[in-house]
Amino acid sequence: MATETPTRPTSPTPPEVPPSRDRRMGRERPVGGFELWTWLFMRISGIVLLFLAVGHVLIMHIPDGGVGRVNFAFVAVRWQSPFWRTWDWMMLTLALIHGINGLRNITLDYVRRPGVRFATNMVFYTLGFALFVIGTVIVLTFNAAKWPGSV
Amino acid sequence: MATRLRKKKSDYGSVYKGHPGQWSWIFHRVTGVAIILFLFAHVVDTAVIGWGPAAYNRVIAAYENPFVRLLELGLVAAVLYHSFNGIKITLIDFFPTLVKHIKALSIAVVVVFVGSMIPITYIMGKQAWDLLKR
Repeated sequence: MATETPTRPTSPTPPEVPPSRDRRMGRERPVGGFELWTWLFMRISGIVLLFLAVGHVLIMHIPDGGVGRVNFAFVAVRWQSPFWRTWDWMMLTLALIHGINGLRNITLDYVRRPGVRFATNMVFYTLGFALFVIGTVIVLTFNAAKWPGSV
Repeated sequence: MATRLRKKKSDYGSVYKGHPGQWSWIFHRVTGVAIILFLFAHVVDTAVIGWGPAAYNRVIAAYENPFVRLLELGLVAAVLYHSFNGIKITLIDFFPTLVKHIKALSIAVVVVFVGSMIPITYIMGKQAWDLLKR
């Protein structure tokens, strides 16, 4: 058992340790500017959506037979409360920005041609903005009294 | 030496090399896209409530279908996975030293996700089943 284990030849030049920034632990993150703000927004809005969106899907799908109980009267009663209108509007806004920015990150990865990327992103921004306007108008102006006897 | 005419699967290699972080990355992306696509439709179907009970109840009747209910189960799963994995990402990004525990955090995400999906699948599966029998 006296056989010597062959040692691996060491590389002639020891690998250079890059300057401090690369020695930090964890993942890459934007250094500054717009990308840093969207990076921060994704995490903050994610934490808020954890309550808003998870709460929403569970409330809508689990108790009292789930989605089966949702109809005009259900929403009308729910939106009598400013609490649920605020909840839904915040969720709408944060989810749209969070989701559209997610799509922007994906086009940065997969859509290489600048013109096509710009066009793709503009389609998403326009769609997102339109849905934000539609959703906001409905959440703010919905009034069940316009349909007497429906609740 | 004979030239191999056909490449074996292993010659192509795996894009993700099987690291769990790369799987959670792709699941995060796929669930995120699924959720935003649903959200596009959902804002519109909810907005129909502004046209009154007849219009809204007709639109919402699309959900009265066992197959759609299974898609809804998939939606809930996507939202939960995206959220739990998002907590992991946010924790590691805000507290970079936690990257040492990435394996434990990844296991925790899967355990919490599967653990919460068990009762949810039972409840929503039963709703879909009752609808099918009706």
